[in-house]
Amino acid sequence: MAPVATRGYTFPMLTRRTLIASALAAPAAAQVERSVDLGFADNPIRPTTRAFPQKAEMILQRSSPPLLETPISVFDAADFTPNDRFFVRWHYPFPTEIDPAKHRLRITGHVAKPLSLSLADLARLPRVTLAAVNQCAGNGRGLFNPRMAGAQWGNGAMGNALWEGVRLKDLLALTGVKAGAVAVRCGGLDAPLVDAAPDFEKSLPIDHALTDDVLIAWGMNGTALPLLNGFPLRLVVPGWYSTYWVKMLDHINVLDKADEGYWMARAYLQPANALADITPGAPAGPRVPVSIMRPRAIVTNIADGAKLPPRGFTPVQGVAFGGDHGVKTVELSADGGRSWVPAQLGPDHGRYSFRRFRGALVLAPGKHLIMARATNAAGVTQPLTQNWNPSGYNRAGVDPVRVEIG
Amino acid sequence: MRALLALAALALVAAAPPARRLAVELPDAEGLLPERYGVSSDAVNNNCLACHSAAMITAQPRLTRMQWGETIAKMRTVYGAPIDPADEKAILDWLVAD
Repeated sequence: MAPVATRGYTFPMLTRRTLIASALAAPAAAQVERSVDLGFADNPIRPTTRAFPQKAEMILQRSSPPLLETPISVFDAADFTPNDRFFVRWHYPFPTEIDPAKHRLRITGHVAKPLSLSLADLARLPRVTLAAVNQCAGNGRGLFNPRMAGAQWGNGAMGNALWEGVRLKDLLALTGVKAGAVAVRCGGLDAPLVDAAPDFEKSLPIDHALTDDVLIAWGMNGTALPLLNGFPLRLVVPGWYSTYWVKMLDHINVLDKADEGYWMARAYLQPANALADITPGAPAGPRVPVSIMRPRAIVTNIADGAKLPPRGFTPVQGVAFGGDHGVKTVELSADGGRSWVPAQLGPDHGRYSFRRFRGALVLAPGKHLIMARATNAAGVTQPLTQNWNPSGYNRAGVDPVRVEIG
Repeated sequence: MRALLALAALALVAAAPPARRLAVELPDAEGLLPERYGVSSDAVNNNCLACHSAAMITAQPRLTRMQWGETIAKMRTVYGAPIDPADEKAILDWLVAD
């Protein structure tokens, strides 16, 4: 077993399960860099890897289909998450060889004129560049208590990039949406091994699809999308969870009735209240598709459980985002939320982007719990207590960071 | 300031869609699950690893036999996994042998 970062969690490392998880990394041992502790109450240790194409060091959650998480320290270094550190999430196998000259995007369904467009065709539409956070609906799932099955992400299933492409609405204007259209269903080149499994397709309401900010992007931070992030085209749905940001986009179907497919009608559903919050064990009640992200602030310069030397002011910095509105404030507390001090906000790259923050707290020698909370421009503030739902979506509360000074 | 300069640089290189073919190679998967506490992993290896690699299982928190049963049912009914009903007990025995 690779050496494990000691962070005060002794018991989880001793379980048989953890030993197995680490041993499993053995076939790729040459590429295993180190182990990281994601801070879960049980089974928190993961190896990191550099074995994936166009990717530097990533936290290995699953090799096939790949689930790769971004280490939190990456967010501490820049406003935009480098392409080679950007998280990866696939449900199904996908092609590993793509010729963009031959790629076509088909638009069919409730349209005046079905189209099949090359990338060169798309490039004739007005170009748009937009900064936006792409976050998995299950980001932070492993931190919920009680736990639930699913991809056991820490908070690194997110990233911020400058996306470049064209507007979906301009494409829909070319094809001509007929009256009575209600949704736009998008799918990519990924496909299940088993025929009976439902194709991964996601829908946006037509009114949303026709807004200015939904893009079909080929560029990410100034270069082509990495294959694992959706080369050659992906949907960009700013403010909404990444399940809608369909990768390797190759078809768009305009629907004249609601999408009853598995991935809209039965998966990625959350309790129908603002925080997607129910009491563990209570009936789930009515459910709705996940959609708009909640405001969050994540501390990036202090690892949970860190020991720091005493100093007059302890710097606390991180990244925040506001969901579908910009970040208005980020505040810090070290007394359980009784008092807050404002953090300074970094450059503003637009309402959908990460906004970095930096502040300081006066921390006496001893143990402290650091809290950072974001409020967006619509006035929505991150709650201190954590929400919970059976699928582990829409994690919204403050994630306190334990720190010991001295 | 540095961030602004970086942004400007990005705007300059913002470019046409990719034209060159891209081919990548994915690394090997994690391999087979081992026996644990004397419980054979044959059933779980034979039924579970065709669609996802082993880390999907080993990354989970401690789940009850009932929760794992629900997961197996989902794999079968939603994803069409051809899990042999005769193997279900052996799969569950391994998953909770912890």
